[in-house]
This record gives sequence, structure tokens and C-alpha cells, in this order.
Amino acid sequence: MIFYYLGEYILLLKKVFKRPEKWRVYWKEIMHEMSEIGVGSIGLILIISTFIGAVMTMQIAFQLDSDFIPRSVIGQINRDSNILELGPTISALVLMGKVGSSISSQIGSMRVTEQIDALEIMGINAAGYLILPKLIAGVIMVPVLVIIAIVCALVGGLFGGVLTGAVTTNEYVQGIQGNFNGFTVAVAMVKAFVYGFIITSVPAYKGFHVRGGALEVGQAGTRAVVIGCITILACDYIITASML
Amino acid sequence: MIEIQDIHKSFGDKKVLTGIDAIFEPGKVSLIIGGSGSGKSTLLKCIVGLHKPEQGKVFFNKQEFTTMDFEEKVPIRKEIGMLFQNSALFDSMTVEQNIIFTLDMFSDMSKSEKRDRANFCLERVNLLNTNKLFPSELSGGMKKRVGIARAIAMSPKYLFCDEPNSGLDPATSILIDELVQELTQEYQCTTVVVTHDMNSVMGIGEYIMFLYKGQKFWEGSNQDMLHSDVQELNDFVFASPLMKAARDVIK
Repeated sequence: MIFYYLGEYILLLKKVFKRPEKWRVYWKEIMHEMSEIGVGSIGLILIISTFIGAVMTMQIAFQLDSDFIPRSVIGQINRDSNILELGPTISALVLMGKVGSSISSQIGSMRVTEQIDALEIMGINAAGYLILPKLIAGVIMVPVLVIIAIVCALVGGLFGGVLTGAVTTNEYVQGIQGNFNGFTVAVAMVKAFVYGFIITSVPAYKGFHVRGGALEVGQAGTRAVVIGCITILACDYIITASML
Repeated sequence: MIEIQDIHKSFGDKKVLTGIDAIFEPGKVSLIIGGSGSGKSTLLKCIVGLHKPEQGKVFFNKQEFTTMDFEEKVPIRKEIGMLFQNSALFDSMTVEQNIIFTLDMFSDMSKSEKRDRANFCLERVNLLNTNKLFPSELSGGMKKRVGIARAIAMSPKYLFCDEPNSGLDPATSILIDELVQELTQEYQCTTVVVTHDMNSVMGIGEYIMFLYKGQKFWEGSNQDMLHSDVQELNDFVFASPLMKAARDVIK
């Protein structure tokens, strides 16, 4: 069964990557989707990552409460865990819920109201027109959102640490600057790129193949988010294992 | 001209269409009628390529459509206009954007030329000054008319209508029928309408195909239908007391 769905997903992607009828129309759609996916999610990412950063600082401080460990280590651990894992993966899971369910229900309702049939009858590659702009917007905007998430988490960590007295500003800043390895950012960007692809393509696939009515559109949205989240976590493991 | 030969279609074990043949001529309104579940919409979808028949061929002006791949079908599809049962207008676009969408995709017209074309199409369906409205702001009849305006934007050679009168009041239904007939004459297009609205059948049915349990049971004109002895056809067409009375008066 899983191979049937995988095959169907790959065939859909083959249609998606066919040459667009008119790039100008697609370009407009890409800009629109970048605004929907990127700008529309900044607020949520900002809030979530700031709080995660603050809580992380407090928890690390609680666990490393020892006279033998310098307080600057708190900043260092917070930085690395945010860059490598929390920034990309938590943001991706949150975006899967927000963006993924929206993509699935948008395309799903177009399917059940025959709007996709209308596109196909006009001679337009419906898969390409509806999904390609979302995919391109996803792989561009998710890495941008991940960078924002990492920065917010680091700033949130500073506030969380300073406000609770777990760490001073100097110790924290010293920590996030110490022993920095630029490769961790590369790993984060690879993850973000892959997640951007999953967040847009999996829900688009589920929405595109909906059969039935409003109930099925809702069910497809739920399935898309569940499958997408599991795929993100599986890819997280594979990328981490192969790059670190 | 559209010609279909020996169309067979089933979904799983259920046979929906069995050996349908027909010729739909240009400049004429051809109707496909039949009860619910008789396979009318499935046949229409097989003709336009939304369903692939298991057996049989569809020809558009003698070009075999069924065996073409997506790219090969595009030139023919540019000549197709289709009105869907629920209009299938793009929710996220205004009326004007819906109409000029195919022009955006396939023509090199300037913005003002496209706007003029949209206004012309809207005027043709008596819906001027609705350009900036969204489909959610339109009534059922207005949606159907926008659907027709969108279908004629590219001056189609083939016009397909899937139950154009469903959910409309009698007066609006007649308006839509007249519009379909006028446009067929104007563009000399091959028009195929799926319906079970008897007013349409009697009003615009120049060629009528009656489907029964997935088979072509009868074909002819609306005048032939009045004098037909086919029991299944009579049971379907003259089911209501009003239609029975009308037939008796005409006879």
C-alpha cells in the first residue's frame, strides 16, 4: 500500500515539474505563495521560537547548576541545540500544522468543486499551476523562517536567562560566540530546505487526490499533517545521521 | 464535429457506459439526457478527457483525442469551453480574473485587450459591471452566466455544459438555454449539453441522445421524441402529469 501512495506521489511530482505554460503567471503565484507561507507565518514563528529559547536557557541552567561548569556554556548549548534541532524541526512541525493543512484544504476543495477539472479542460497543467509555486515558495521561505526562528530563540534565551537570573548578559553573549562551528548552520539550512519541500508537497499531494466532499477534504488535511510530521522527523534523523 | 465510437467505462466492477456511439455536429445543440446514474456526466467527462474510457475512441474534427498525451491535447483543449454543474469558478479570483485566466495563460494580449475581451464576454451574458465581484458574491444564475462567459473567452469550437440549469429557477433556466443556443449559432461551435431539464429538451434539443443504464437507448430530435414509442424514454420524459398533458395537447 505504501508503495502505491509513494508511486502516486512521485507521479504527481513528475507532473508538477513539467515546463510551465507561462512563467509570468507562475511568477505572480510564487510571489503570492511566498507572502502566504513566509510573511503569513512570521508572527507564529517569532512567538514560538522566542519562548522555546527562553525555556531552553532556564532548563539548561537548571541541569548545569555546578560550580565546575562556567555559566557561558548555557548560551553555547542553547545556540547549538537551536541551530541544529529546535530551530529547523520545531518550526517545520509548526509550519506543517499551519501551512500544510491550509494547502491541503485549499487544493482539496478545488478538487471537490471541480475547479481542478476546469483547469485541466482549459489545457492547463493543474498540478504544475497549483503546486509548483507552493513548492518553490516553500523551499525559499522555510529556510528564511528557520533563520528567523534561530535568531529569535537566541534572543529569547537571553531574556529568559537574564530575567530569571540564570545567566548574565555577558556570560550568555560570551557563550553564544564561543566555539562556533559554521557547519551547524549548513546542516540547519539543508534540513530547512528539505522540510520546505515536505511541508508543501505532502499536503498538496493529499489535497490533489481527494475524492468526495467536505468531510474528505477535512480528513485529507488531518492525514497530510500527520504524514508530513512523521516524514519531517524521519528526514531529521536521516540528515543528522548523514551530516554529523 | 465530435465523434464518439464504442465508449465503454466502468468504475471497479460497476459498468457505467457500454458501447456508446454518436456524432455531435457543429452549429447544433446536442443533448445527452437520462435518469440519475445513467452515465450522462461520465460520458461527458470521457469526451472531454477527464475520464479515460477503457474502450472506444473520441474524435475532435477527425483527430483521435483518446490516445493523445497531455501536451498533444492542449491545442484542442484551448478550443474547448465548459460550463460545470456548480460553475467551478475559481474562488480566489474575481469575475474578470476568472474570464481572462485562459487569455493570461495562452495569449499575448495586452492588459487592456484582455479587459475589453472580459467586458465583451460579460456583456454577452448580460452581466456588465460585475468585473470586480468574487464568485461568493454572486447568485447561482449569475455564477452560471460567468461560467459561460469564461467558456467563451477563447471563442471555443466546442462547448460542453454539464447540467447548466440545475438549481436555477425556471426563468433563469430559459435564459441560460437561450444563451447556449445563441452562442452555438454565433460561434458555430459543437455544443454538447448534459441535462434532465425537460424544458431544455423541448426548447433547444436539436439532437437528443437518451441514455438508459449506461447504454444509448434512443436518439433523435425533440419532435421525434414526442412521437416515440420507446417505453423507457416516455417514462423518463413524460414522467410528470404536466409533461403528459403537454404531449397529449401536442399530439
